[in-house]
Amino acid sequence: MPRETQFILSGAEFSYPGSSGKVLSGIDLEIRAGEWVALLGSNGSGKTTLLKILSALLVPTQGSSFISGSSQDDAACGRKAPCAMVFQNPEDQIVASTLEEEVAFGPENLGCPAEEIRRRVTHSLEACGLSGMEKQLVSSLSGGQKQRLALAGALAMQPAAILLDEALSMLDPQSRRAFTEIIASEHAKGRTIVQVTHRIEEIRLAERMLLLKDGKIEFDMPREDFFRMRSEDLAAFGLELPPFEKLCEILRIRGLLPESCAADIGAVETYIYDAFGK
Amino acid sequence: MANAYKIALGQFIPADTPVHSLDPRAKIIMVMAVIILLFVTHTAAAFTLWFLLLMYVARLSKIPAGVLFSSTKPVLILIIFTSCLHIFSVPGEKLFSVFGISATKEGFILAFLISFRLALIVMYASLLTLTTSPSRISDGLEGLMSPFSRIGLPSHDIAMMITIALRFIPTLFEETSRIIKAQESRGADFESGGPVKRAMAYIPVLVPLFVIIFRRADNLAVAMEARGYRGGSCRTRLNPLRWRKCDSMAVILLGVLSALIIFGERLLVR
Repeated sequence: MPRETQFILSGAEFSYPGSSGKVLSGIDLEIRAGEWVALLGSNGSGKTTLLKILSALLVPTQGSSFISGSSQDDAACGRKAPCAMVFQNPEDQIVASTLEEEVAFGPENLGCPAEEIRRRVTHSLEACGLSGMEKQLVSSLSGGQKQRLALAGALAMQPAAILLDEALSMLDPQSRRAFTEIIASEHAKGRTIVQVTHRIEEIRLAERMLLLKDGKIEFDMPREDFFRMRSEDLAAFGLELPPFEKLCEILRIRGLLPESCAADIGAVETYIYDAFGK
Repeated sequence: MANAYKIALGQFIPADTPVHSLDPRAKIIMVMAVIILLFVTHTAAAFTLWFLLLMYVARLSKIPAGVLFSSTKPVLILIIFTSCLHIFSVPGEKLFSVFGISATKEGFILAFLISFRLALIVMYASLLTLTTSPSRISDGLEGLMSPFSRIGLPSHDIAMMITIALRFIPTLFEETSRIIKAQESRGADFESGGPVKRAMAYIPVLVPLFVIIFRRADNLAVAMEARGYRGGSCRTRLNPLRWRKCDSMAVILLGVLSALIIFGERLLVR
């Protein structure tokens, strides 16, 4: 069954007031519900601006944008937001002093009744591994916990899509893994994920890769095709393969790994076991 | 928590106590009333009673007395400055003189009373923020100001501004200390020299601090909008305000105690 469309941008352009240069130009993009899309690109390529357009925080100066679930005002009546965004620095998005008040901020804005807010707070904190800390002060949390709290705040709005704006960039490897696991479980529940990053190792689970360069979509391809790209091709876009994918590439060049074997730990492990294990 | 205790002003210490569970409107009303009444009382005996009441409520709310005392640190300079003014400007029995200006006994007494009053005001205000989360203070203020919204007062916006200001006090202190450390690592000297030189040394701290404040404010506004914030209309609450019997009892009790203190003071003065 074809998935319904979550976002459509057609001929979208954007320039900030007072600036003559276009941050985005000629963006034609369709994202289906339940997709996990990675938005790659170097600094200043327009990733965050595109994300803000998808979250209806900005409106294209040219072209059109469509967000499934209609406008945010309509969504408020249904007590659900079409999308929720998690930003890079948790300190910049936390409004309240205690965990429960922070998570409750979104549902309160959506006009949910108190019991429903309480239920969402409990559920979201649990999903993000913060249950039992409802009354704790936000200032007592570590950076990783604060980012998980920001995600809990987003989940409490029960959005159809979660937009991550370099949300993993300030986290240590352990926190990054924990955060990615939560995102993966939300994706498994059918939520659309749009993840902005400039680090390939953060998007191994994404299904579709989009690269923005100078405000234009340079490529849009499935994960499998992306991870088969050679490192010199990626270098042309300012990207670098993570160590594991780089190793797979070297093994393929040397004929030790077939071209058909995906750069996936499980697939490589199976191949090595089949080829050499016996 | 140790860091949180460093700057008590604007801080909230969560706990399950009768004071914490009082309606924020009741607490705001009581603190406002005490602050006004502190200006009505003028004797050391009355101030001591107000102080004892403060300590009792602090104990009830499990707030360490040290945290309350530390909340007066930011106004210490003001206290010292006003004390000096009173000591040297109030006419009366001369005790000693500095550069030809006489310090008087009456000046010392007045300086002590005014410092006591100022410290009590700050400690009572801190007791409110220490036992009430900024969001609850915001709800309480909004509730108290709501009658004025009929005449166009943006009560919700004012309350939200206060909440965010309170929420960001510790963050800004952390940011300031980070900038100071960064400047010190590049050779900035904040310790040596006279007061003017020291004050001038802080200019390179203030410039990046203001830049950070404006950037943070902008980011926070975007984040709030992304979470569906559209002001007060249609907004619900996780913990809706409920005025209970114990809130009325607390207000009445404070009223009785205040009346006793003021009446007692009047008797004493006669």
